[in-house]
Amino acid sequence: MIEMVIPPAFLLLAGAVLIGVTRGWLRTSVLLLAPLATLWAVWQVPDGVAVTAYFLGYEIEPVEGSALRRLFATIFSIMAFVGGLFAFRQARWYELAAAYAYAAGAVGVCFAGDLITLFLYWELMAIFSTVIVWVGGTPQARAAGIRYAIMHLLGGVILKVGIEGIIVHTGSVDIQPMLATNFDTWMVLIGILINVAAPPVSAWLADAYPASSATGSVFLSAFTTKSAVLALILLFPGESVLIWIGLYMVFYGIIYALLENDARRILAYSVVNQVGFMVVAVGIGTEMALNGAAAHAFAHIIYKALLFMSAGVVLYRTGFSRCTDLGGLFRTMPFTTVCGIIGALAISSFPLTSGFTTKTLISVAAEQQGLAAVYMLLAAASAGVFLHAGIKFPWFVFFQKDSGLRPKDAPWNMAVAMGIFAFLCIFLGVYPEPLWALLPYPMEYEAYAPGKVLFYLQLLLFSGLAFFLLLPWMQRTMTISLDTDWFWRVLGRRIALALIGVVARIGQGLGQLLENARQQIAPPLLRLLDNRGALGRTWQVGTTALWIVILLTTYVLLYYL
Amino acid sequence: MNDSDKQSDQSGQDDHWLVRPTTIRKLWIVFSIILALTVLGQFFIKIKGYFGIDGWFGFGAVYGLLACVLMVVVAKILGVVLKRQEDYYDD
Repeated sequence: MIEMVIPPAFLLLAGAVLIGVTRGWLRTSVLLLAPLATLWAVWQVPDGVAVTAYFLGYEIEPVEGSALRRLFATIFSIMAFVGGLFAFRQARWYELAAAYAYAAGAVGVCFAGDLITLFLYWELMAIFSTVIVWVGGTPQARAAGIRYAIMHLLGGVILKVGIEGIIVHTGSVDIQPMLATNFDTWMVLIGILINVAAPPVSAWLADAYPASSATGSVFLSAFTTKSAVLALILLFPGESVLIWIGLYMVFYGIIYALLENDARRILAYSVVNQVGFMVVAVGIGTEMALNGAAAHAFAHIIYKALLFMSAGVVLYRTGFSRCTDLGGLFRTMPFTTVCGIIGALAISSFPLTSGFTTKTLISVAAEQQGLAAVYMLLAAASAGVFLHAGIKFPWFVFFQKDSGLRPKDAPWNMAVAMGIFAFLCIFLGVYPEPLWALLPYPMEYEAYAPGKVLFYLQLLLFSGLAFFLLLPWMQRTMTISLDTDWFWRVLGRRIALALIGVVARIGQGLGQLLENARQQIAPPLLRLLDNRGALGRTWQVGTTALWIVILLTTYVLLYYL
Repeated sequence: MNDSDKQSDQSGQDDHWLVRPTTIRKLWIVFSIILALTVLGQFFIKIKGYFGIDGWFGFGAVYGLLACVLMVVVAKILGVVLKRQEDYYDD
């Protein structure tokens, strides 16, 4: 029996195209139905390879199903739906179309059974996420978009080099677990790590995402880093270097978020921080850890989008996103405030939120492997997340001083979108079983062991105490923080300008040299040619005949020699 | 929290119940009680220590507080080196 399987990504891609050619209620229908149709198609994909095709002489597998792949595709489809709902009345049509094409790329990556398909969808994401950054519309967004595109195209090239190497050396294009042991696999790993915003290029994320529009950042927060986490789970489970890379990302995110003034950039740094937890989990690589990485990615997409939505509503209503401009908005934006707080609690893995039920899986995995240092660092990081995102974000945006701003609360569609995700944050915190059922490996896990809940309450509430005790040190300043992107935005530019200067000076020197030479050499040569010079003057017949004899004799002699 | 009352007193724009000094004092009292309860709760609920010290009395509280203080201090120190004016990258 032949079963027809529709590649889910195609439905979302078709939606993206239709958004461009429809208007009014028809476009709204496309926007809301395309992700739902995609979600339906995701659940029609059976386990194993469902679609094969030939491409450039290779047998590729554009659709391969598994529990893990369906989990990621499910949350990407839900994200496209709720993001579309959040944005459709405020965003421009081309931002929505780009967002859907971008989401289609992410869904495509989920089901890619081979490296070639993976690469094609990877680049689809790179292109359309760049468009979303550009739709931000400001000169900063244009510049950040170019930097973003360069970074992701570079990552794509590195990934491609690795894939080519693997194909040439193993003859296989299959996606299968590997370790970074040779040049090819390292190139693939580095290509993926660029997309998870790993060091030393984590800066691209906080550079680009906050430059996008109030609605664009909601989409950007979801797909690129999490599809890269899925790629890591599929290709590099148990690659231990990821533990240390992930831990770096976790603390990098906290420290930079603490220094930051722009609310959306705080959230961008905390994306790096949260993805760091997942990268650590992939590095640990046990079934429990990979379950943790997948579950945390699922929960993270929801609460992070919710946080970006609440910041997006604030930006949309007030035009501001810097903490120094904001404050006291809870008075007139109670719903957005509550949603922002729920998202903030979830990201802090507060008990009864989705972050608690998923992030603790990663800690348990570290503990089961006896990784004491990793476990303790993750616990410290959980406290740090509560500090920089759990309290800092809602405090400075919705409370702190009274900024005097009295904006209206969220428009209805934005409010409904936030309501759905806020509900899911709590629902998955109270009743995580539906999410457990989606996980790739079976597990025995008691999320709410009393001792663990008490430990996390101590940890988080005392970090809350630390926040309010240290509040004078947390006051925001109108500053940005230097990051590794300084090397290409400033140092690289200076070196380039200096090189241009050097080349210009060399050119100038050469020109001067030629000019001098010309002045030295030209007059004697010209004198040869003028009417008293050896070659220019009129010769007597005898002299001419003598020269002809000499030349002919020389010629005859040379001929016989 | 003290900053927020000063601000709203100075501006005098509103007197929302949530920012009144009396409310904030009450919030601090409630918060302190909750903090105390989470530590005292360890008399009744055993926290399983996976690596010895994490089962100590009040470890989560002390560890959370100190970790945060350390991170804020590190951020503060790094900020001296890393912070720049917002127009730093503009030409």
